[in-house]
Amino acid sequence: MTGAAHYTLTDDDAGGTTLALSGQYLVSTIGAVDDQLARIDGNIHTIDLTAVEDIDTSGAWVACQLAKRYDAEIVGESEAARRLLDAVEGVSSDAALVPERVPVWERVPVAMGEKVFAARNGAFGVVSFLGGILIGFGVLIRHPSRFPMKAVVRQMEMVGVSALPIIGLMSFLIGIVIAQQGAVQLEQFGAETLTVNLVGRITLRELGVLMTAIMVAGRSGSAFAAQIGTMKLTEEVDAMRTIGISPIEQLVIPRIIACTFMMVLLGFYSSIVGIIGGAVIGQFALGIPFFTFLERIQEVVPLHDVWVGLVKAPVFGLIVALAGCYHGMRVQGNSEEVGIRTTMAVVSAIFAVIVLDAFFAVFFTEIGWG
Amino acid sequence: MARRPSRKQAEIEALRAIPAHQRFSDEPPIVVEGLVNRFGDFTVHDGLDLTVQRGEIIGVVGGSGTGKSVLMRSIIGLQAPTEGRIDVLGRTITGVDLDKKIGVRRRWGVLFQGGALFSTLTVGENVEVPLKEFYPDISDELRREIARYKVLLSGLPEDAIAKYPSELSGGMKKRAGLARALALDPELLFLDEPTAGLDPIGAAAFDRQTRELKETLGLTVFLITHDLDTLYEICDRVAVLADKKVIAVGTIPELIETGHPWITEYFTGPRGRAAQGAYEQNKAREADASASGASGAGASE
Repeated sequence: MTGAAHYTLTDDDAGGTTLALSGQYLVSTIGAVDDQLARIDGNIHTIDLTAVEDIDTSGAWVACQLAKRYDAEIVGESEAARRLLDAVEGVSSDAALVPERVPVWERVPVAMGEKVFAARNGAFGVVSFLGGILIGFGVLIRHPSRFPMKAVVRQMEMVGVSALPIIGLMSFLIGIVIAQQGAVQLEQFGAETLTVNLVGRITLRELGVLMTAIMVAGRSGSAFAAQIGTMKLTEEVDAMRTIGISPIEQLVIPRIIACTFMMVLLGFYSSIVGIIGGAVIGQFALGIPFFTFLERIQEVVPLHDVWVGLVKAPVFGLIVALAGCYHGMRVQGNSEEVGIRTTMAVVSAIFAVIVLDAFFAVFFTEIGWG
Repeated sequence: MARRPSRKQAEIEALRAIPAHQRFSDEPPIVVEGLVNRFGDFTVHDGLDLTVQRGEIIGVVGGSGTGKSVLMRSIIGLQAPTEGRIDVLGRTITGVDLDKKIGVRRRWGVLFQGGALFSTLTVGENVEVPLKEFYPDISDELRREIARYKVLLSGLPEDAIAKYPSELSGGMKKRAGLARALALDPELLFLDEPTAGLDPIGAAAFDRQTRELKETLGLTVFLITHDLDTLYEICDRVAVLADKKVIAVGTIPELIETGHPWITEYFTGPRGRAAQGAYEQNKAREADASASGASGAGASE
């Protein structure tokens, strides 16, 4: 019979048992009989392979293990089977496939200790990374010919220009939502005209820049971490160092400049598109004509609101770029690390941006730019 | 060269998957006919034909960029060819779903150039992956045992089983990759530059092992290499890729006789001569050893 492994047990006069295997003992068929073979209970002294039609290393391995367990003799094997048996005979091992897990009472303190050390190393890492960037800027100021203009322009395109559609769409929709929801609430006080103030001030002061920073962190901060991380894995970064090119100058600084600069433009663009979104809703839902809405914006939004947004934007851009590049440079080991570091870059960038935004809010109110 | 008429699509569809337990049919394991691979305007292969015989180690050589790796990727179904037909183990694999219709994936093992181990799994777990995927009925215990002896058979030490790929050297990664390629006892083994980046001792050991595996398991081996020693030592035939085709297939002396300038330069350049010299010395030494062994046996009788 083809396509299956079989066996029979025969008692002989000497009081022992002969285990006769038949059929095909292959990796594809062994799963069906292995359990039963393991459960045989008896005094097997001979394993007869005469009726085995086809055998591979898995079959040979099982036969060999059986022979070892019962101290039995293998007879009747074909020449091919003999070669396989010889090949697998000497190679038994009990080694575990995965490194052994340490018990919980050891693992927890070890993990905590590792976290502390990681935090210390992280702090050192951040400081030396920032130092490296300062030195890099210093070198570039002293040797302006080394300024990586091409890389900066390319990064500007990737961070800024190609983000225009998605950031525009996002801001437009946010403008619409604020205007529409704001109008519903303000109507209760008969103050729907204040919707203009609401849209103008919130987009220019807060949301335009904040949402853009979050979007840039997701789009570009993650890309920075993944790009630089992959370059570390493929030893590109090491190659640059050996040639005498500083990875900080060539990889990190262009991204920081591009991201910082582009955040200003993107943040402003986002605010403007948000206001346009509000004006569109004004036209269709509130009965405020489009251009009247825009004129009202000029009257009700103080100029310092624009400055608040524009001061915050480069700071957020810097934070996003620093987080992305820092985590990218920290990648080592395997591809999993790239994923972990990319996630960390995005999460820490967004977190830092939101915390800083809160500080900025308090600060600007204190200095009278309420 | 007389071409077999191409099979009709319906005929191809009608062929069922090869049953897992049916091994070693008589058909040539690999038949490539009229293969064309084009990337945009760039033609890599143009009407390439190649037949690999059962049980042989065929070496594939060619200058850089002649499409050796593309040929291998086409045969293992990673690269859909622009035109042409590829039969593997008697089943046409071009234009059909490899798993559903043909079931050939479980019958070949592939060793990629860098080992291509799954970096989040240990070596042992890497070897378990194909076993788990294709034969879920094998018990966990047996699967672990199979994984262990495959790793050991590939020449790695016991403590390498529980290591992650990032902890291994390049040569060890290749051996681990070989263990994974052999996990299912395949009939067909694809090796992409197996000895590149290994030290000479490691490379020689890898060659020896490939030959032993071929003899023990009856493998057919498709081997891409630049290593002239490997070509001389273990390849039964060598296929030369140039001008977008296989320009010649045969043993090395046969190839040199064709007089094609590239082949001549390849095998009779300084490196080719050195490899040939080493090969002949080895042969002579083996012959001496067996002769003295025989005379010793004769004397003792």
